[in-house]
Amino acid sequence: MIAVEALVKHFPIRAGILRRQVAAVQAVDGVSFAVGKGETFSIVGESGCGKSTTARLLTRLLEPTAGKITFEGRDITHISDTAMRPLRRDVQMIFQDPYSSLNPRHTVGKIVGAPFRLQGVSPEGGVKKAVQDLLAAVGLNPEHYNRYPHEFSGGQRQRIGIARTLALRPRLIVADEPVSALDVSIQAQIINLLEDLQGEFDLTYVFIAHDLSVVRYVSDRVAVMYLGKIVELADADGLYRAPMHPYTVALMSAVPVPDTRRRNERERILLSGDVPSPISPPPACRFHTRCWKAQEICRTKEPPLAELLPGRFVACHFPENLPEQAPSSASARDQR
Amino acid sequence: MTTAALRDLVTRSPEQADQQPFLEVVDLKVHFSTDDGLVKSVDGLSFAVDRGRTLGIVGESGSGKSVTSLAIMGLHSRPTSEKSRPGAQLSGEIFLDGEELLSKTPEYVRGLRGKRMAMIFQDPLSAMNPYYPVGKQIVEAYRIHNPVTTKAARKHAIDLLGRVGIPEPSRRIDAYPHQFSGGMRQRAMIAMALSCDPELLIADEPTTALDVTVQAQILDLIRDLQREFNSSVILITHDLGVVAELADDVLVMYAGRAMEYGSAEQLFNRPAHPYTWGLLGSIPRFDRNRSERLLAIKGTPPSLIHVPPGCPFHPRCAYAGRNSGRSEEERPELVPVEPGHTVACHLSRVEREQIWEHEIARRL
Repeated sequence: MIAVEALVKHFPIRAGILRRQVAAVQAVDGVSFAVGKGETFSIVGESGCGKSTTARLLTRLLEPTAGKITFEGRDITHISDTAMRPLRRDVQMIFQDPYSSLNPRHTVGKIVGAPFRLQGVSPEGGVKKAVQDLLAAVGLNPEHYNRYPHEFSGGQRQRIGIARTLALRPRLIVADEPVSALDVSIQAQIINLLEDLQGEFDLTYVFIAHDLSVVRYVSDRVAVMYLGKIVELADADGLYRAPMHPYTVALMSAVPVPDTRRRNERERILLSGDVPSPISPPPACRFHTRCWKAQEICRTKEPPLAELLPGRFVACHFPENLPEQAPSSASARDQR
Repeated sequence: MTTAALRDLVTRSPEQADQQPFLEVVDLKVHFSTDDGLVKSVDGLSFAVDRGRTLGIVGESGSGKSVTSLAIMGLHSRPTSEKSRPGAQLSGEIFLDGEELLSKTPEYVRGLRGKRMAMIFQDPLSAMNPYYPVGKQIVEAYRIHNPVTTKAARKHAIDLLGRVGIPEPSRRIDAYPHQFSGGMRQRAMIAMALSCDPELLIADEPTTALDVTVQAQILDLIRDLQREFNSSVILITHDLGVVAELADDVLVMYAGRAMEYGSAEQLFNRPAHPYTWGLLGSIPRFDRNRSERLLAIKGTPPSLIHVPPGCPFHPRCAYAGRNSGRSEEERPELVPVEPGHTVACHLSRVEREQIWEHEIARRL
C-alpha cells in the first residue's frame, strides 16, 4: 500500500549572520520498506532513531530531502500540498499526546466533524450523525457530542483522536506512539480498540513505538531503527524469537519482564556509552561504537540491509542467530 | 485496626518478625482541601520496608504513590495555623528506624532529608537546579550534613559521579544539568541522593522517561548501590516488569489505598486482588507469542474527590457482584492470604481461589 525507498530527511543546522547551513541532523538516512494492505507494520527504536520523523514523512507532514515515497502506486514524494490534500482522506495519523492533539476550544463534535468540513464531504444522514456513529465506534457516548476535551480522561481523548482519524474512512493509519502516554489498564483498552477497528474498517497500520512488548503484540512485521537507519526488519515472531542484529539483541535483553523467575537467569547485554548524535553519526556501521562485536570492517564498510533469510533483513557484518551458528546465549530466552 | 495489629499485619516474613522494619507507615492519610472538594490522595495506607530490601509501589495515575513518598520525605506543606494557606492534611504515623516523623517539626525532618532518607525523581531536569553545575549541587547537599571543606566535599562528589558510572567525572563535575544526556542526568541525580549515604532511597519513576537500554543501566545501578550501601529502597513505578526485576516486596495501590501487599514472588505467581489480575492481564507480554486478547480493565480510575464508597475498585471489578452489595458499602480491610501476603478484598478465600484457578491463572 505504501512504500519508501532510500528515504532521507536531514534537518539543516544554520549558524552565523548569513544563516548558512553548517551541519545537518541526519534524522532519517536511507530507509526503505513496503507495507502491504491490511498489515500492521511497526517501527521500533529508541529516542533519536528517526522513527517519528519517518512517520511524518509517510503522511507527508514533512517533505523528504531525498528518496521516494509511493502510495498505492503513486509517487507522492514531492507533490504539492494541494495535490496531497485529497490523499489525506486515505492516509491519517494518530498522535502520541492526547492532551495536545485536540483543540481545547472545540467541542468533540467539532473536532471529529472537522475532516468532513475540510474535505468537503457530506456524509449520508449529515455530519452530526456520522460523528455520533464514530464516537460509538470508538466506545464513547454519542451524547457527549457537545463536550470539550478537558472533560475527558487521557484514554477517552485518545479515542476522540482515533474517531477523528476514522472519519473519512482512511486506508492507512500511521499511529505515532498512540498508547505511550496512557496508564497500563487504559493502554490495553486502546490496543484492543485499534485491533477491532482494523477488522471493522479494513485498515492498514504503521505503528511507531518504543515499547517492545506492545509492538510484539500488535505487529505483523517490525523494523528496528537506529540513528536514522533500519538495522533489522522481520516478521514479529521471527524477530522476537531470534533477533539477528546486535542492537536488536541488546534492546530485547534490556526489556524488563513481569516474571520474577527470570530475575537471576537473565543475561543482560549492557551497551556501553550513549547513543551518538545524529548530527555526526559514526562512519560505516553506525552501531559500531557501542557494539561488542565490532571489528575493523565495521568501522570502514557500511553493512547493507540484506535479506539473510527469507523475509529477514539485517544490516550487520556479524549478525547473531544465523542458522549455522549455535543460538547465542543472550537470545536463548524462553520460547513460550 | 490498632497500630500494633497493623504493624503485625504488614510484617514481611517470619525471619524479619523480630527485627524492626527500617520504615513503617501506619494508616497514613493525605488529604488536600480544594475548591472542588476534599481530595483524598492517600486514605489509610500501611506498609513496612526492612533494611536492605526493595519495596516496589505499583499504581496508575492518581493511585497516591507519589503523594505517599512525599509524605515520607516530609515534603508536603502542612498548614501551620488556621490562617495559613491550605496545604496537605496528614494523619497516621511514619516511623523511620523507630522514630515517628509526622509529629516532628519541619526543621527536624529537614535534617533527616538527604542524610537518612533521599529521593530521586522522574525528571532530573526539573529536580536539579539548572543554574548551578551538578558538582556544586552535590557539594551543597553533602556539606549541609557533613562539616567538611569544599575541597573534601568536591573530591567526594567526583568519587560519587565515578561510582554512578559517569565517565570523566573530574571534568563532568562542572557541567550543568542540561549538558548531560537523560541517562547521565539521572545518574547525577542518584549521585546527589546518595552523597550522604542515606539508609532509605525513594526512587519515584526513575526510569520512565528513559530509553529501555538506559533504563536497564539505571536499574542495575540502583541494585548494585543498594547492595553496597545496604540501603532500603522504595521504587515507585507503573511498570510491572521493572518491579519484577528489582523489587523484593510489592505494594499495589489504587485510589489512595493498598489493594495488595506481598513479596514479589507471591504477587506475580499468586496474585490475589482483581485489580492486580487486571494489571497483569493487561500488559502485552514481550516474552510470549501473541495468544489471546489483552484483558483490559473496563472503566477508568476514579476521581479522588468522589472515591466510590465501599471498595474503591468496585465499579470496575468483574467480581463485585458476588458480595451481595458489600463491595458498594463496606470498605475491605487488609486480610492475610498467606504469611507475608495480604489483600483488601471482600472475596472469600474459596471464591478467590476458584476464580484464580478457572479464569485467571491460565490467561496470565
